[in-house]
Amino acid sequence: MESTIIKSIDYNAYFGDNHVVKNVNIEIPKNHVIAVMGPSGCGKTTFLRGINRMHELIPNATAKGKILLNNEDVMEMHPIFVRLKIGMVFQRPNPFPNLSIYDNVIAGYKLNGIKLPKAEKDQIVEESLTKVALWKEVKDSLTKKGSFLSGGQQQRLCIARAVAMQPEVLLFDEPTSALDPISTSTVEELFHELKKNYTLIIVTHNMQQAARVSDRTAFFYVGELVEYDDTKRMFTNPRDIRTQNYITGRFS
Amino acid sequence: MDTSSMDKDLITLSNASLGVISPVKTADSLKIRQRLRRSYRQIKTENVFRRVLVLMGWVMVVLVLGILFTLVLESVPSIRALGAGYLWGKTWDPVQDVYGAYPFLLGTLLTSFLALIISIPFSIAVAIFLGEYYPEGWLPNLLKNTVELIAAVPSVIYGFWGLAVLVPIVRGWETKLGVQPVGVGILSSSLILAVMIIPYAASLGRSMIQMVPSPLKEAAYSLGATRWEVIRSVIIPYTKSGLFAGILLSLGRALGETMAVTMVIGNTSIIPKNIFSPGNTMASVIANEFTEADKPVYLSALIELGLVLFLVTVVINMIGKRVISRFTNE
Amino acid sequence: MTPSNIKYRIGKSRGFQVLTITLAFACVIPLLAILGFIIEAGITKINWHFLVNVPKPVGETGGGIANALLGTLIIILVAALIAIPIGILCGVYLSENKKSRLAYWSRLCVDILQGVPSIVVGIVAYFWLVKPLGGFSALSGSVALAIMMLPIVIRSTEETLKLLPDTLKEAAFALGMPFHRVILKVIIPCGISGILSGVMLSIARVAGETAPLLFTAFGNPYLSANLTKPMQSLPLLIFNYATSPYNDWHDLAWGASLILLVFVLMLNIFTKLITRKWKVQL
Ligand SMILES: Nc1ncnc2c1ncn2[C@@H]1O[C@H](COP(=O)(O)OP(=O)(O)OP(=O)(O)O)[C@@H](O)[C@H]1O
Ligand SMILES: [Mg+2]
Repeated sequence: MESTIIKSIDYNAYFGDNHVVKNVNIEIPKNHVIAVMGPSGCGKTTFLRGINRMHELIPNATAKGKILLNNEDVMEMHPIFVRLKIGMVFQRPNPFPNLSIYDNVIAGYKLNGIKLPKAEKDQIVEESLTKVALWKEVKDSLTKKGSFLSGGQQQRLCIARAVAMQPEVLLFDEPTSALDPISTSTVEELFHELKKNYTLIIVTHNMQQAARVSDRTAFFYVGELVEYDDTKRMFTNPRDIRTQNYITGRFS
Repeated sequence: MDTSSMDKDLITLSNASLGVISPVKTADSLKIRQRLRRSYRQIKTENVFRRVLVLMGWVMVVLVLGILFTLVLESVPSIRALGAGYLWGKTWDPVQDVYGAYPFLLGTLLTSFLALIISIPFSIAVAIFLGEYYPEGWLPNLLKNTVELIAAVPSVIYGFWGLAVLVPIVRGWETKLGVQPVGVGILSSSLILAVMIIPYAASLGRSMIQMVPSPLKEAAYSLGATRWEVIRSVIIPYTKSGLFAGILLSLGRALGETMAVTMVIGNTSIIPKNIFSPGNTMASVIANEFTEADKPVYLSALIELGLVLFLVTVVINMIGKRVISRFTNE
Repeated sequence: MTPSNIKYRIGKSRGFQVLTITLAFACVIPLLAILGFIIEAGITKINWHFLVNVPKPVGETGGGIANALLGTLIIILVAALIAIPIGILCGVYLSENKKSRLAYWSRLCVDILQGVPSIVVGIVAYFWLVKPLGGFSALSGSVALAIMMLPIVIRSTEETLKLLPDTLKEAAFALGMPFHRVILKVIIPCGISGILSGVMLSIARVAGETAPLLFTAFGNPYLSANLTKPMQSLPLLIFNYATSPYNDWHDLAWGASLILLVFVLMLNIFTKLITRKWKVQL
């Protein structure tokens, strides 16, 4: 009934000899929110960055296995295409400091040298900012530099920037860990909206957040995907003892 | 990225541009296709760009090796004809085809070390003043910027000023002391050089002194040490390798400095008898005689001086940089 | 410890402080003396006639330094055109490849190049360009100066780019930007203030260089804009005329010195002031 958009097959990631992600097999359905959880250093970020091939930007980093996006292996595609289709939002908001808010939103076009008519750009900017609930706040200061916004606004700007490229999947690496509670809940509300058009994969340390926003949760432990299930079921009735320990706070 | 993977990209590109566009409207799909076609061109440029960057890395290596190679190659006639004794030869007389570099080696060493000795108290004073006594405020800031400007003044202007102002003053001293009043010579050159090299040791020394951890200083103060005692027994020992490096960098500058020295040293190839005598340094003799050197060995002998100068300054600068990086990593 | 002992120590500390301050500020004296003297000697020589005429032969009064002004501009411009792209790209290479072996050697060579005496660069440029091309030329002078500019541009580029956070680059890559666009459209614009200050400092540094031009651009008493022919420049003119025995020529040299000094100092001060304003807020 629901189609799979991303599927990893025996995915392994390494930093030099350090085997960080081990044999991960996961299927991610379209238009869902997937939470990725696990103790610090278990390879969540590494796995996430493997999906859009950001992993290999780190010197010495290598990866094996397959990651299928719509049944096409991203490892065989050129990273540029992969990243055009799989957007990413980082832990710390990172708007381009040299660009205005407006230009930040269309940065993916502008900096890629894709020329669009003014009207179309305006439309993309407005739509994207509306989608991230930022349009009302910034529509009068579009020419200001992006770095003048508050942290929460900057993070939403970064989401808008990713959304503007019309990707199919959006990756979030602890998107709210640098934000205050109010900004956090604004961003969380966004996830429900974004889910309609995109598939979201969210790394988070916050169990409540995972429970609130996600449909499914993947639990990683020391590089392995230990458990992957419906979020509700996972939180009420975890199958693996390690998941159970983590959820009940026995280790972190 | 090699070519075979490029081909693969091309295939994936065509797949991608045909297949993937599932739920999007047709106008969008056209846009995406355009975008992808563009992207393919970008990939090519990307690879070219990466190669260009690596090439730039090579350019520097090739440049320096090229300099060394050229100097060595062009020195060969002189090395063949004159051998190692060239460096110790006491006479330089191109008319008689006699070439000895000793007067210039001595001239260079004399001017540089004299300049160093004169400049050290001043540069250390600047370093301590800016690093310890008054690290902040408009006046120290002004002093810092002014001292940096000393390094900005073109050396030919130092030379001209030295010729017009300093040389007569030195001549006055010489008259009083009863040596032959020529004015131009080792001393004048050293004085000019001393001014020119102050900023190098001063600015490095300042940043080193500012890096002294304040707990160290506070420990000494809490034991009742005075400011001078803290400087002498905490700051100077802690920063001595850094100060030494700064002095080395100053020395490197002094050794290679050409124009200012050429203009006030008097340009004689006779071994200087004392610090008032006129003389020549390696750099100044090259500057003066390079375009006049009409015989192959003559020209080659000058280039060999350049080679020696190159090697000496390289070694001094490398030692200085090593010391600095060791200091800053600690 | 007796009170007198403490008093002595405090006195000694004070004394040393006074000595340090005195010596530190004494450093400024030569600079002020030079500035004052050159302004005094040069200001009366500078007028319109001085700027638009070429030097007169010995014996005739008047004449100007138009040939040197034009020559300096041309030589520096060409040097900058050579050094800036190579320097910035090399700086990018070094900051992008912190650990590679080539980067290590390349960095070492930049360090070496920075310390090479300018006269040696002149010698090398002579053998690389003047001899093969069969004569002194402005182009060979520009290449010599470009070699001297490179380490400054490279170093300032590398240092600037190293300070940029990695997140910036990641943001750009995550948008599907190819490497060259990440560098050219994001990284370099964000570090532009540091890079530009390096470029301007390098120009300020070589603008007054004489030694590398002695055997390359050589000098030319006439107005010339031909890159393949000898060309006059301000520092060369100052050197040649200052060491000549003619008072008229000394006058020209004083005027030229003032212009060169003001140009170089302004460039330095301007760089400091303006780069603070251009700095991209991170
Ligand atoms: N750049 C790197 N170079 C080498 N090793 C790395 C690098 N980044 C991460 N690692 C290693 O990979 C392992 C997994 O790191 P990763 O960042 O994926 O963990 P994480 O699950 O995201 O942790 P956190 O919750 O703290 O963000 C860690 O043990 C870490 O030591
Ligand atoms: Mg992480």
